[in-house]
Order: sequence, then structure tokens, then C-alpha cells
Amino acid sequence: MNDTPGRASAVIVGAGIVGNSLACHLARLGWRDLVLVDKGPMPNPGGSTGHASNFIFPIEYSKMMMELTRDSTEQYQELGVFTQSGGVEVARTQVRMDELRRRCTAAKAWGIPAEVISPAEVAKLVPYLDESVILGGAYFPTVGVVDSLRAGTLMREEAQRSGALQVVAGAEVLGIDTSGRGRNGRPKITSVRTTAGEIETSICVICCGVWSPRIARMAGARLPLTPIVHQMISVGPIALFAGTQGEITYPIVRDVDTNMYERQHGGDMEVGSYAHRPIIVPPDDIPSIEESALSPTELPFTADDFDPQLAEALELMPELLGDEKAGIRYAINGLISMTPDGHPLLGPAPEVDGLWSAAASWIKEGPGVGRVVAEWMSGQVPTVDVDEANVARFYPSQRTVAHVQARAREGFNKMYGIVHPAEQWESGRPVRVSPVYDRERELGAVFFETAGWERPYWYASNESLQERYAGRLMPRDAEWDARWWSPVINAEHLAMRDACGLVDLSAFAIFDVTGPSALDVVQSLAVAQLDVAPGRVVYTSLLDERGGFKADLTVMRLGRERFRVVTGGATGQADLAWFAEHLPADGTAALADQTSAQVTIGLWGPRARDVLQSVTRDDVSHAGFPFATCREVEIAGLSVLASRISYVGELGWELHVPVEQGGKLWDALWAAGTPHGLVPVGIGVYGTTGRLEKGYRAFGNELTADYTLVEAGMTRPKVKAQPFIGKEAYLAQRAEPPAAVLCTLTVDDHTPPSGPARYMLGGEPILSPAGERLVDAKGRPSYVTSAGSGPSVGRHLLLAYLPPAQASVGTRLQVECFGDAYPVTVAVAGATPLFDPDNARIRS
Amino acid sequence: MEIAVCVKRVPQVGGRIVVTPDGQDVDTRMSGFAISPHEECAVEEAVQITERLGGTVSVLTLGPAEAADQLRDALALGAHRAVLLEAGGHAWGPAGTAAAIVAEVRRRSAEGPAYDLLLLGNEAADTGDYQVGIRVAHGLGWPCATGIKQLEVTGDAVRARREYRGHEETFEFGLPAVITVKEGINLPRYPSLPGRLRAKRAAVEQYQPQWQPEGLRTRGLRVPDQPRQQATVLGTGTDAVPALVRLLDELGILK
Amino acid sequence: MNVLCLVELDDAGVTDASLRALTFARSLVTGGAPGDPGGGRPVLAAVAFGPADRVPASLLGRYGVTEAYVIEPATLDGYAPQAWARSLEGLLGVTLAAAVVAAGTDCGSEVLAHLGALTGQPMAANCIAASRAADGTLAVSRQRWAGLLIEDATLEGMPALLTVATDAVPPVPVDAAPVDAGAAGDTADPPVRVHEPDLDPADLRVRATVSAGREGGVSLATARVVVGGGRGVGGPDGFAPLEELASLLGGVVGVSRVVTSQGWRPHTQQVGQTGTKITPELYLACGISGAIQHMAGCGSARNIVVVNTDPSAPILSRADYAVIGDLAEVIPALVAALKDRR
Repeated sequence: MNDTPGRASAVIVGAGIVGNSLACHLARLGWRDLVLVDKGPMPNPGGSTGHASNFIFPIEYSKMMMELTRDSTEQYQELGVFTQSGGVEVARTQVRMDELRRRCTAAKAWGIPAEVISPAEVAKLVPYLDESVILGGAYFPTVGVVDSLRAGTLMREEAQRSGALQVVAGAEVLGIDTSGRGRNGRPKITSVRTTAGEIETSICVICCGVWSPRIARMAGARLPLTPIVHQMISVGPIALFAGTQGEITYPIVRDVDTNMYERQHGGDMEVGSYAHRPIIVPPDDIPSIEESALSPTELPFTADDFDPQLAEALELMPELLGDEKAGIRYAINGLISMTPDGHPLLGPAPEVDGLWSAAASWIKEGPGVGRVVAEWMSGQVPTVDVDEANVARFYPSQRTVAHVQARAREGFNKMYGIVHPAEQWESGRPVRVSPVYDRERELGAVFFETAGWERPYWYASNESLQERYAGRLMPRDAEWDARWWSPVINAEHLAMRDACGLVDLSAFAIFDVTGPSALDVVQSLAVAQLDVAPGRVVYTSLLDERGGFKADLTVMRLGRERFRVVTGGATGQADLAWFAEHLPADGTAALADQTSAQVTIGLWGPRARDVLQSVTRDDVSHAGFPFATCREVEIAGLSVLASRISYVGELGWELHVPVEQGGKLWDALWAAGTPHGLVPVGIGVYGTTGRLEKGYRAFGNELTADYTLVEAGMTRPKVKAQPFIGKEAYLAQRAEPPAAVLCTLTVDDHTPPSGPARYMLGGEPILSPAGERLVDAKGRPSYVTSAGSGPSVGRHLLLAYLPPAQASVGTRLQVECFGDAYPVTVAVAGATPLFDPDNARIRS
Repeated sequence: MEIAVCVKRVPQVGGRIVVTPDGQDVDTRMSGFAISPHEECAVEEAVQITERLGGTVSVLTLGPAEAADQLRDALALGAHRAVLLEAGGHAWGPAGTAAAIVAEVRRRSAEGPAYDLLLLGNEAADTGDYQVGIRVAHGLGWPCATGIKQLEVTGDAVRARREYRGHEETFEFGLPAVITVKEGINLPRYPSLPGRLRAKRAAVEQYQPQWQPEGLRTRGLRVPDQPRQQATVLGTGTDAVPALVRLLDELGILK
Repeated sequence: MNVLCLVELDDAGVTDASLRALTFARSLVTGGAPGDPGGGRPVLAAVAFGPADRVPASLLGRYGVTEAYVIEPATLDGYAPQAWARSLEGLLGVTLAAAVVAAGTDCGSEVLAHLGALTGQPMAANCIAASRAADGTLAVSRQRWAGLLIEDATLEGMPALLTVATDAVPPVPVDAAPVDAGAAGDTADPPVRVHEPDLDPADLRVRATVSAGREGGVSLATARVVVGGGRGVGGPDGFAPLEELASLLGGVVGVSRVVTSQGWRPHTQQVGQTGTKITPELYLACGISGAIQHMAGCGSARNIVVVNTDPSAPILSRADYAVIGDLAEVIPALVAALKDRR
């Protein structure tokens, strides 16, 4: 039936919404000889697209997810398969009402229409809803439903019509062959074997939804994704819907407190649930199409799991769902994809050259994911910054089945949950611990997890400092603001600024670039000049081709052909992959991951030199060990690589030793520091308070692909002569006035109309004094990219990109938080630190 | 009208069934379970009869403890009472099943309002034995009609119809009686939400029937190796119409 | 081993299903050794109900029947399943049959089940193969799950009762069969003997009144013919030809989920998992691709005929016949052709 081509420029596996969209966008970008393979029939091969409830709420806290959803919605609209219905999230509890205010505030940040409405207003929109059950709702008028199968068909057919795509339906992938001749010694894709024949190709894209891990494994890659059950029933015929035309007339209701939704589908009401126990189905256990009673991803309904939900649904819509003549006509345990952090898995797989992933995308992101992966595959910078979805972001331990399942289980019931921005996972911990982990536990460290690492956020042992700094700790009375936070962080901060602090930075990702071409490699990626003398430390940004931020990190030149890169744990895997992608093919540069070999302990504060000098015979004076240099020093019989830089605005060093010596180094510094007032300092200071007072930008917050070095205020007077990725774009950016300027704002008054003072945590929209959203010339809204206490300056600090008109010191603006506006003032426009603006402390 | 409907818990299968490695059973690890389709219609028929005439629908099953799920499914559709005859881990054949049902009917006659009508499916989806209803009828000395697609029940008699080889066969006899029905006799309703909630709370009576060995003993199950057909193409466009008319004629549609 | 086979008669002689049953029954006939019943000659006995002159002896002979029995209307008129079974029970003594075979039809299954109940013997339904084991039991293979599975089983009964799957064994006359395939290699016309069963009054409590009429008030669930329309119909205005065709064929129109979702037709006409499950003789699916959920609602149709522009549409792998073409052309032409026939 199918004429399977013997050769393809790329083989796309999976004809769900993602695979079809990807094929379409690749074709639009000029790709030819594409092959789309699916084991099922068109247009519904039996994956999750086929049973999706197909509704789209535009609101997401994650900017990336919001933008993917927005782009997808626009694509559905262009295809003519979007029906706007509006949607309401209802609250049964007061905390949920607060959450809905927060959601509407987030919606305002992104420019999404949303408003908090009363029970009566909800009932006006949804007349069959019992308003006495709810306290109110949030109305999102732009919610709608899509025909995702139709959308997929239209996109697939467009690619076919343009002659770019051949579709091989009913062909199961049996194997993905590789040979060991890719970059950095990695295997590389050579062909895809199917039941309809073998296709030679150097590129294979996995768009297989719940089957993705199984297909990826054929090529030797691990995708951290698990299928999990989402229960859904369809109740009908609904008498009220009998007279309606088309698929949907009434707004979709999310009964978020019960983890359910109710949405009209023709004559039926679909009721879906995320309330039941997490039911994980390993990809290998998914039945074949032939074995399935319905389809492979519509598994038999387990009524016991859903029964408790029936009563809740009935309570909300008693007459409509209580109609004895309306029956449960369809009920499934539908399979959906879940990842450990809830984000898709996009981009080139780190293990295999030519293997790409476009997995773990739902209907609301599908077309957008197809677009960004097509752009990425074409060597372009994706139009949506999908750094948080980079498939390379996971460490090996995070790709294990046990970890993925544990996080999926824990995350499942949070789907409609009220999730605090700093909320910590409970499962799968601890995995990666520092050599001084036990010492930290004894000090009462409160651990937050980053990239699998346990990092002390603050230390209970410092609680006594609160007395010393009473009146300067900026305590938070609102439970939400104080959750996952402690005034001890601010006490540690002040103690560090007064004396010095010891910071465990084990979570740093560290890798060495070595070899004759090492300089060329680092130069080709970094904005800063790296052809510096050995012993220099350079902080630099890395850009993408469009001049957006790809990474920021420090590089130590340890020798002529030896560079050590130090970067954050959260971004380490993706940064490592970026370097690996840009190694020369001739093997003249090598990349060696040192993360698990080296431990970093930071020592900062005005007394840091006193402490360090007391344990070393080496000269660590300002003249003897200048800022931005590194070298070996001897401490307590250990050879330590010391690097004089700072992320907290204090004199001090990062001290690097082999992991097994970390304990000894810590102990030596601890003993030497005690007389100088040394305290252990957590990441709460390192990552937030210390950083914000100094206006240091954080990757992922301020530094994203959407903004430029110019806008971030990080330009240097000169641009290095050597080429680097993004240089052309960067030069163009420098030639124009910025469309936005990164500013530090102070909150002038924390008092809400009622209740305790409120403290912003990030993500809130910045408004004009009149309450209007601020949007720059490029259409980018102003919102809080980072927020936190500035204990030394006595103010709550916000970072935000502002249009140039507003970006001047003293400008009065507002920030919206939980629906209320608070006055703020621009304290710094640009990169000048609010604390110690002359950087005297660092250079002392 | 006191009606008992006999239902069976069977796995929900697709177009291809997986057999356990030992070849003794259907692999149900990824299967749901449901009432056998003909019996679903039997439940619906019984509920409709009592809606017209009043009375009680008792739903009986012989099966494992989990078969209570299927009894609750029937209760959600409007059955009033549920009886689980526990299989006790034995492999029950048609004769033993019939004997267990006969014992339950007799027990009910002795203790409470006796059943007037027993409804079963024409055959179970899984075993397809085609005989339990008839064996029950013989055991009770009741009249029996099978394969019924239309049923009229008056106070004390039934008129049952079925189609056979293009003709309609009508059976009329008095109650009590046994009727086995086929899909198409009615359109079974779906459970309503209130029905489902009622069913969840309902009690299930349980009895332990006496098992007996059978003369037909399974040695193993296997999947036949015939592939599913691809449609025979009659032609393209309007040129195919004569062939299509001939086909409809051969299928007996144009009579 | 002597075998008795129930033969159903129709206007053309013997039904196709019964010829298949006879072929199967013949394969069970063994023996011929001295002392065997039938005077050393193995017996394949056929029994039919109806006038003796309608029993096609030569056809039965060609299928290896060695003796035929008929129960005439004078004794037992019409169909009465238990009385038929009683008749077969009586013939056990006459034929000394160790096995009784019938087609796995409504009639054959029912009569043999009654015989099983009357004799207290087990019955194996829908067999596709059987052979005698050394211990005297029968090793049978039978269809379960409507043929999706085969059960291999041991049948221990005297007589052994078996129905034959209607689609498993092809009807093969003796003269067309390989020499060693049938034990009863004699194709002489068998004698047709009138048998008078010894009936109990209870045996006649249930008897069929046969009429040719069909029930009226056609509903989607019970319709004999359903003409299906899907996305390929194009819009709400495209259904008129389908309606006309359905009424010509005495059927009704059913639609796929997308049609109701688009609001082209009422939800009551939806065929599928969330709509109505249909069991017609003919499902003529027009412009329907064949989504899994749709097939779940129409898979029980006896014959599926597809009209679709796309020869690779999934419904073609679930259908019996297909016309590749635009339904907007094919259906009006079909309607015209059917009207011409009248």
C-alpha cells in the first residue's frame, strides 16, 4: 500500500499533532524528502492526540509555555479549527480565590484577557452551574477548543502538496540504526527500520508522545517521559445542549479545587479528572492498535478511581449532570505524557547525533512545538525561547525510569494544584549531595533541589542571628510570601556583609575544554575576550545566532590549551551540550565534564581575606591575588584552585578542590573563620538577596533569548575582533537604541487594601501609575523577572525590563500582586548596583 | 414482574487478543472488564419491562469477587438487586453454571418473591458456549427461547421474536420462562451519574454454589493466524455502481 | 464411530452451513471394523425436518451421508427446538451415533444445546477441528471470542455433541475430496427413512410461528441497513442523497462524530463509541475515514461497504467491499440505478 522511500532528509516518527506540525513547518522552511512514519492509520493513528479533550486555556505561569500555547492557538486559528468558547476556573475555597487573583495577575503580565468574577457572574456564563458551591471564578474569554486531528491533517497535507513530505502510515518503527562516527565520538543516526522497509537518513525526530521513550531507546537515547493516565468521561445526551449548534456553546469550566474540568462536546458534557491516584503505564506495556478495545492510548476506564469525582461534578452541576436520562457514554483512562518538570522535551538528544526530540507536548503546545523544533533543526533560533524545554537539561539520574515515575506521580495531582513558585519536590531526593552534606545537616540546613543537587537555602543554625539584626529582616506575614522562605536568609545576608560567609557551591557544573583548538572553541562561543593570560577569570555571556542569551558563565584560563568552564547546575547539562555541539570535527579539542570531580566552596565578605590568609602561606592580598584571577593556593595541606570573583558583591574567592577533599577544606575554613564571625550562608543569599542588591542578572530570569546584552545593560566598550556566535546580531543591537532597559525597582509600600503586607516573588506585571500594562516597542511586556529582599538597602527589590521612557531613576510605577497594585520606584536603570555602586568591596 | 438477568464478567478486547504465556488464559493485564454485550441488552430489556410492569430486576453473576463491578454496572443501569455467585477459583463450564443458576432460582423461590422470567445473553462473549440458558430451562422445567431480538411480556406470557435466515420466528409461551437475547433487541442505556453513585452504595448478596467438573475441558488457548482482510475494491467512481448493485442484490439487501 | 448430523433444509436444498457441518461430520466418521454399529460399515447419518420429498438424497450422498432420516410435518410441524432435540435423541438409538454434529447457526446451536440438556452431555460449540484421541475422548478445536481465539479442548461425552463454526470448514463433497480425507467414500444416494419421534408434550411448548414480514419503525440500533455519512459529505446539505438511498434500502442514516460535532446532523444519528452501536446486515459508509471510535460502533455490521475517495483510509482495512470515488457522484448514481430496477 505504501511506497516507502529508501532515503530521507529526515524521518519524523509519529503523526500526532506534533509530528504533523513539524512536517509542515520543515516543509515551509524549505526541507524536502521528508518522511513521516506512523504505525497507525491516518488521520488518527491512535496516540494521545486522538482522544484529547482539545481545549486550550491561554494562561500559564511559565512564559515559555504561555508563548508556545499562544503560538499554537494562532496556528489553529489560521487553520480554521479553533472555536472560541471562553473558560472559567471556579474556586470553592478562599485560598483558591487568592490563587485565581494570582492567575489573573499573571494573565495581565502576558496580556491575556482575564478577570476575577463573582459566583453570580459565573452562573450567568454557565447557567447550569450551582453558584452556591463556589466563591467565585476567573474568566478567560479567549479560551477555546480545537480540532487537533483536523489541524494535523491539514498540516500534513500541506507538506505533501508542496512535495516535501511522504507519509508512510501503518508502518511500525522496528529499529533506529546508528554508527559510531558522530561529533565527540557519539553515535550518529544512519537509518530508520520500519515494517514497511528501511529508510536511510541522518536525522530522526521523535514525535511519538507516550511511546517516545521506547522509540528513543532504539537509538540508544533516554527520554525522561512517562505515560500516565488521565481519566475522562463523556455524559449525554444533555438536554440543554440538544438545541445548540456545533461542538461548543458554553464556556469550559475548570473546577480546579476538585482537579476536574467540564466541557461541552456537542450533545455531551465531557468531565475530566486529575484527581485520581497517579496511574503510570510504562511505554512497553501500552497495547498495540489491534489489541486495544478502543485505541492504544484509550485504556479501559477504572471506575473506582473516578467514582469520588462523580459526586463532586454532580455537586457543581446538579441538574445537568444529575439527569437520569444522561448517561456516561464514553469513559477512558486516557494516556498522556508527563515529564519530571512538566515541560516538553525538545531539541537534539545529547546522546546521539541526528536524533531529535519533539516529545511531551500536549494539544495546546503542539503546533508551536512543531514550529520551534523545525526552526531549531534548520539552524535558526526558535521564535519562542524554549531553553526550559531543552531535552538536554536533564542529568543522567534525572533520566532514570524511577526518577521520572516518581516525579510524574508527585506532579500529577498538582496539575490543577496551587503550586508555589519555590515549591520543592518531595520524591526522588536526595540524589546528588555535596561532600559537606552531613555537616550542613548538622547545621540545620534547609535544602532546596537544583538539578538533583541538595543545596542549603538557609541554615537553622543562623536563627540566633535574627536577634542581632532585628528590625532589618523584612519579615513576611502573608503565608504565601513566607512559604519556602525564612527571615534567616536576610540575617545570613547581613552577617556576610558584616563579616564573611561560607557558601557550598557543589552544584556548579564544571567542564574543561582542552587541546590545540580549545581557544578557538571558547572564543567562538563567548562574547568576552578569552584570549587572555593563563590565570585570568572571565565572566562572559554566550549568545545564539540572533543575539539572544544562550548561557552565562565564567571561564578560567588554566593554560594555553586549557579552559575551565564554571556554570550553574540548572543549566549545566544544556551548556555542556552547547559546547559539545561546537567542538571541531577533527578532534583537536576535547570536552571533559568535571562536575562530579570538583567541589566549589565560596568564601565572601569583608573578612574573607583575613580568613583565607590565616590558612595559607600564599599571598592573597589585593596586589598578590587581584580580582578576576585564579591560581593554585595551599590550604591545610590541600592544593586548592582559588578564583577571585563574586556573585554577591563581596571580596572573596571560589575555592575548587577534588570532591573527596571538600570536607577537609570546609573544616579548615570553618575553624579559621569562626574568630572572624564566619557563618554558613545559603543559596537564598547567593542566588537572590546578594545578587539583587548588586543587580546581577540571572540566566533564565533576566538573561533569556528574548533580550539582548544591550537591553540587559551588559555591553562592554569594545567588541572583540574574533568571530563568535551571535556577533553580527550583537553588533546590530549595539547600533540601535534598546527597546527595553533592565531596571532595579524598589517597592515603596507593601500594604494591600486589607490583610498583611505583601511581597512580590516574581512574574508580576509592572503597570503605569494609571494601572496600564507597560509594553515595549517590540511588544514585550514589563514584568518582574526576579524579586527578593535587599536587606542591606532595606527595600524589597524587583528586576524588570522597562520601555526606555519609563527606565529612568525615580520613575514611579506600580506592580500588581494578587490583583492589587503597589507603588514602586525605579532605583537603577541599567547595571549599576544599588548596593556598593562603585564595587569597592569586590575590589578591596 | 420478578426478573433475573444473568450476566458474565468478560475482558474488553480489541481486534487481537493476547494469551498468557502458559496459554491458559486471556492476558487481561491491560484489559478492562465489562458485561458481555448480549447481556447488556438483557439488563436493558429487564429494566424496560419493570419500568412498564413494575417489579424487580435482580442481576446475577457467577464469577470472581471482582465481578461485583459488573453487578454494579448493571445496578447503575437500573437493576435493583445484585447477587454474586462466587466462582471460588474454579473453571466453571456451561453445565455447572446452569446448575448454579438453577440453585439460585430455587433458593429465591423458597425465600422470597420467585422469579417470573430469566434473561440471559444468547452466548457469552468469551466462551461462546450457546447453552447455559437452555440448560437452566431444562433444570427448572421452564420453556426457553434463544437469540431473541424482540420481546413482549404481558402479565403471564411472553411473545419473543427473532430473525432467522430472512424469516421472522415468533415464540409464544407462558411464564415462568427463560429467554436469551441478542444485541439489537434494544439500545442499552448508559449509566447516569446518579445511577452510578447509587450502584456504588448498593449491597451485593453473595452465595457459594457447588462446583462440578465438566465434560469439555480446555487444554489451551491460541490466536489463529489468519490476517484481517482488506476490502475488495469494486471499482472507481460511478463505473462501480453496477457492481455495487449486484453486490447489494447478492447480500439480500434488495429483497 | 457413527456420526449423526442435523441438516437444515432451504429452498435450494441444504443450507450452506449444513453442508459445512456435513463435511466436518464426515471427518469424524471412523471404523468399519466387525462389531461396529451399522453392520461393519461406518455410518454418517443425516437428519432433516420437513417433507421427505424435499430431502435431496443425492446431494447428501455426495457429502458422504450413508443414511438419512426425516421427521415429516405430519409428526412435527415447524420449528420447535426442544422437540427437534428430542427427535435427535431418539435417533441416537437408531443410528448408534457416538457424535452428533450441527451447524453453528441459531438453529443448530439451540437444538444441540437442548440435546445436551436432555442427555446430560457436554457440548462444544463452533468447532473448527476434531479428532479422536487414544482414550476415546475427542480433541476439539473451537472458536471463542467470535473467532479471535481458538480453544483446544478435550470433549468427553457419549454422544459427543459439536456445532461447527459456519466460516471455518469449507463444504467439500466426497468426490472432490482427496481419497483419504473422508472415510465414507461411497457416493451412492442414501436411503431416506421417515422417523417418528417420541415426543413429550413439554417438548412442544416452544414452537416458532414463521412469517416473512419484517418489523417496522426502523431505528438506528436495529436497522437492517445503515447508510453512514462522515466528513466527506461536506456539509449539512450533502445528506439528501444518503437519506434517499437509505429509504430505498429500507434503512436509516447514521453519521460519524465529526458530523454531529460540526452540527450538520443531530447527535442521535451518531454511530460510534459515544453514539449508537449498530448491527445491520449492511453498513454503507460514505466519506468516513474510520476512526477507531467510529469502528467500535459499527464493527458488528455483517457487511461493511465503503465509498471513499482515499484508498488508504483506515476504514478499508475493516470493510468488506469498497468503491473508490466521490460519494457526491457515486451515491446519486446508485440511487438512480436502484430506481431503474423497480
